[in-house]
Amino acid sequence: MEKMIDLNGNSYPVIPEVETIQQLLEHLGLGDRILIVEKNKEILQKDHYDAPIMDRDQIEIIHFVGGG
Amino acid sequence: MLKIADKEFSSRLLLGTGKYPSFDIQKQAVAVSEAEILTFAVRRMDIFEASQPNFLEQLDLTRYTLLPNTAGASTAEEAVHIARLAKASGLCDMVKVEIIGCSRSLLPDPVETLRASEMLLEEGFIVLPYTSDDVVLARKLCELGVHAIMPGAAPIGSGRGILNPLNLSFIIEQSNVPVIIDAGVGSPKDAAFAMELGADGVLLNTAVSEAANPVMMAEAMKLAIEAGRLGYKAGRMPVRDYGVASSPTEGLVTT
Repeated sequence: MEKMIDLNGNSYPVIPEVETIQQLLEHLGLGDRILIVEKNKEILQKDHYDAPIMDRDQIEIIHFVGGG
Repeated sequence: MLKIADKEFSSRLLLGTGKYPSFDIQKQAVAVSEAEILTFAVRRMDIFEASQPNFLEQLDLTRYTLLPNTAGASTAEEAVHIARLAKASGLCDMVKVEIIGCSRSLLPDPVETLRASEMLLEEGFIVLPYTSDDVVLARKLCELGVHAIMPGAAPIGSGRGILNPLNLSFIIEQSNVPVIIDAGVGSPKDAAFAMELGADGVLLNTAVSEAANPVMMAEAMKLAIEAGRLGYKAGRMPVRDYGVASSPTEGLVTT
């Protein structure tokens, strides 16, 4: 069943093959990027990217940008 | 050497990474500056434009220490959250506490900065608060155990240079951790002046990124910081009100 999540403030349908955070990152082409993931307001450490994605999860993908 | 917590750096220039005209110019400016600590901001990724290049990902991260800032935070809790996000990248354990208390002047909120610094120290971060030039606040931050203190020279991005050298020299004198002059530096003379006051380092961004030639300005800042540091260590001559001749006043050949 297709899940609907909130991804960086946008509604985003997750295809059934994508079951974990790691799979979502790879699906988005972000597998090798430097980033941080927040799931339902909790910061995920790198070794928790196997966390399952559930319907209505709120996922934030965050990164470093130029700044002073 | 500049020593922050247990890390040592040969460069006393900390460089911001915002607002460069291009990645190519930025890369050259960073290389020429010889800075070893680079600041970054933490932001939500524009996932649907994720193919855009990211400067951090083009860096050899073995050569640089990342100093994420908490820019965007207006409370201690927001700053702590941003710091935790940065740490979860696995790339850094230092954080520049930056909590703006005035949207027009961009001056830091002293109360929230003090609170955030205390909370972050408890969590084991290496804490570098960006603060105003308030001497008592600086002392209280030092007493908390921050790892460096970063008083501003002038409002962020103003390029006005060092507005209150007396306060900065008091902060430098009383501090038991490195003092890094952060924000408001506009030109190499400001950076050299900061170092002549006895600062341990200078953090700047716009002075380089907004220069007509950022790469050349990066080199100018590097040299100014080195010159200012040497001048400070050399010990300058006293300032006098009246002239004192440099040539002998004996044996004059005039009548």
